[in-house]
Amino acid sequence: MATPVLDKVEAESAASPYITVTFRIRRFNPEVSDEAQWQDFQIDIDPKERVLDGLHKIKWELDGSLTFRRSCAHGICGSDAMRINGRNRLACKTLIKDINPDKPITVEPIKGLTVQKDLIVDMEPFFQAYRDVMPFLVTSGNEPTRERLQSAEDRERFDDTTKCILCAACTSSCPVFWNDGQYFGPAAIVNAHRFIFDSRDEAAEQRLEILNDKDGVWRCRTTFNCTDACPRGIEVTKAIQEVKRALITRRF
Amino acid sequence: MKIHKYDTVIVGAGGAGMRAAIESTKRSRTAVLTKLYPTRSHTGAAQGGMAAALANVEEDNWEWHTFDTVKGGDYLVDQDAAEILAKEAIDAVLDLEKMGLPFNRTPDGTIDQRRFGGHSRNHGEAPVRRSCYAADRTGHMILQTLYQNCVKEGVEFFNEFYVLDQLITEVDGVKTSAGVVAYELATGEIHVFRAKSVIYASGGTGKFFKVTSNAHTLTGDGQAACYRRGLPLEDMEFFQFHPTGIWRMGILLTEGARGEGGILRNKDGERFMEKYAPVMKDLASRDVVSRSIYTEIREGRGCGPEGDHVYLDLTHLPPEQLDAKLPDITEFARTYLGIEPYTDPIPIQPTAHYAMGGIPTNVQGEVLADNTTVVPGLYAAGEVACVSVHGANRLGTNSLLDINVFGRRSGIAAAEYALRNDFVELPENPAAQVEAQVERLRASTGKERVAALRLELQECMDANVMVFRTEQTIKTAVEKIGELRERYLNVSVQDKGRRFNTDLLEAVELGNLLDLAEVMAVSALARKESRGGHYREDYPNRDDVNFMRHTMAYREVGDDGNESIRLDYKPVVQTRYQPMERKY
Repeated sequence: MATPVLDKVEAESAASPYITVTFRIRRFNPEVSDEAQWQDFQIDIDPKERVLDGLHKIKWELDGSLTFRRSCAHGICGSDAMRINGRNRLACKTLIKDINPDKPITVEPIKGLTVQKDLIVDMEPFFQAYRDVMPFLVTSGNEPTRERLQSAEDRERFDDTTKCILCAACTSSCPVFWNDGQYFGPAAIVNAHRFIFDSRDEAAEQRLEILNDKDGVWRCRTTFNCTDACPRGIEVTKAIQEVKRALITRRF
Repeated sequence: MKIHKYDTVIVGAGGAGMRAAIESTKRSRTAVLTKLYPTRSHTGAAQGGMAAALANVEEDNWEWHTFDTVKGGDYLVDQDAAEILAKEAIDAVLDLEKMGLPFNRTPDGTIDQRRFGGHSRNHGEAPVRRSCYAADRTGHMILQTLYQNCVKEGVEFFNEFYVLDQLITEVDGVKTSAGVVAYELATGEIHVFRAKSVIYASGGTGKFFKVTSNAHTLTGDGQAACYRRGLPLEDMEFFQFHPTGIWRMGILLTEGARGEGGILRNKDGERFMEKYAPVMKDLASRDVVSRSIYTEIREGRGCGPEGDHVYLDLTHLPPEQLDAKLPDITEFARTYLGIEPYTDPIPIQPTAHYAMGGIPTNVQGEVLADNTTVVPGLYAAGEVACVSVHGANRLGTNSLLDINVFGRRSGIAAAEYALRNDFVELPENPAAQVEAQVERLRASTGKERVAALRLELQECMDANVMVFRTEQTIKTAVEKIGELRERYLNVSVQDKGRRFNTDLLEAVELGNLLDLAEVMAVSALARKESRGGHYREDYPNRDDVNFMRHTMAYREVGDDGNESIRLDYKPVVQTRYQPMERKY
């Protein structure tokens, strides 16, 4: 069962040379200074490790004051979205070898939300926009005794947008959101989409009216930054377009 | 210091905490204190499904589910609780569907179900399709659905509040919950939450192992807070090692992969589970499969240059099936191992996964101060608790079920208790202990580093109290943990600030892990038998005469200030199932 491909992978890992990498991290702590600044750290790391492993090495071995959020460490909890080499990613899903470790790896907080300390931003406006789109199933009439029926096709219709982990990588990659914090942002629209296209839901009209607002879905300029940023591979821009179309055709 | 007043305070915003919050918010003024933002909980990492005998795709009933749960737990399960779990499972799944959970569907439009380890038709005849699922993201969907419904119900959250102490007041000689003390991450401020009822739903403690599926944040904070206040911890020696963690990383690959037809193979390509579990094969219970994997490795049939893992083989399954049913775990293999599961088998090894033990409760979620006495106003649900529905080994899909059934029950019970009772007096200087703890860590100039001690602890636990244990290895662990606890007194943090001081909180969390690791090792040393997840090579058989009983561990502080652990035992509740030899 030991296939040639796997043996090769394992032979490489057995040799596994550590490499020296520079992390260039945007530091900010208002208890110390009002100014943010870049700080370089050099660490030895296996290139197959994650950027999160590198941040942990720095925190645990070099500078305990380096501050960031993280929990699950495998791309499910959505805690560690950050700007790595200028692109929004999850630190726990980004391997060192995939981001050119020959040059310094820059790590900054995600943009468009107030930085509170180092890589930690204020998530409250992000969650407020989410709460504003009625992100829950709305139904009327008597509850059935058993489950509501839904065909596999109807279930599939909104599958992509159920994958959202609310990490804010999409919203904080959006130029419209950077310039104007009033815009709902891609993540809120994704979560509205998840219910608008759920055959069991009865509040699509209300959600569409919310998103028809001047700070709603029409602010989207289709730059696809959000789709590129999504660590779950959600076609975010497509979902936003589908919401726009539903507003025009009132079909969903 | 700030003082808040709520009817009900819930500690933790994972599945159990939010399920409880949905109930208690409807009935009482509720605050949820959570060290993470609500959707960051490790409930979201659960993959394979939630068991319920819906019988949507084949014949099934809750009595079979009860039996499987009792047998899976190697008869250490309290059978009255298991019966509630299996019976209420059906409504728990239907409730989630009505809340909006996007389950996978059958061609008829009902909730689809698939096979899972240890779940069988008619008391072990053959695997049964009992797991209700949403691809391999069932935990994610449960977490999102519960948070959505918390938004709908207007649940009040205090995000990034770390609960560090449980407040107990004696009322007429009875230990009664008075509230909790919390540390606010953003500001470093200490908050006292006075509450009529408190529900712990703060999750597990798996981060004392190195190879683990657990999040960095699973550090047993709730267990430790109660234990330090003299409350017992039940069955802490029973820890589950999930058979299929990604080799060396420990990231979970769902048992649903084997439910969909995946096969475990050794270096010779042999389907070795046929030897160990002729009927259920790869779908035997997790303790059995994990031991079988390590037996293969020890006997020289492990894979790779170091022979330290085996393969999870999905290559015979159609790519469409993997894409539809197992999209996340196949992506993990691609992301973290650079392996294409369509064509290559995935290297796996058992990974520390789930604490069967925890804060003892009855079936209403009420916390016990000893074998029988309830602590009025104190509740626990989910992995932090021990009801005990999982006994010595939890079945896959029963934890997502547990958080929903007992989260709901404790939410209702706690809110109703709050409506019937008044606030009790807070103890004098309620925040004193937490303030002293935090200030000591902040001010310490000791030479010990948190990360170094934690790593030594994790390596010690992996080496000595994992899948195989002996008196010798456990004693080694007890000794090492004792040494680490001494050294912990000289731990210092580099970040001395008040704002978002995660350095400080990692030090607090390490203290919790050390306390709980010691309880685990001491409990394991005393249990001279093998049962479920606790396997003693020096006592390889189950011993129902001496050990058909729950361990209850208490922290004792002598007059000289020295701490020790006192072990006591609690009878197992048996109703309709007599212990039998466990075969799969």
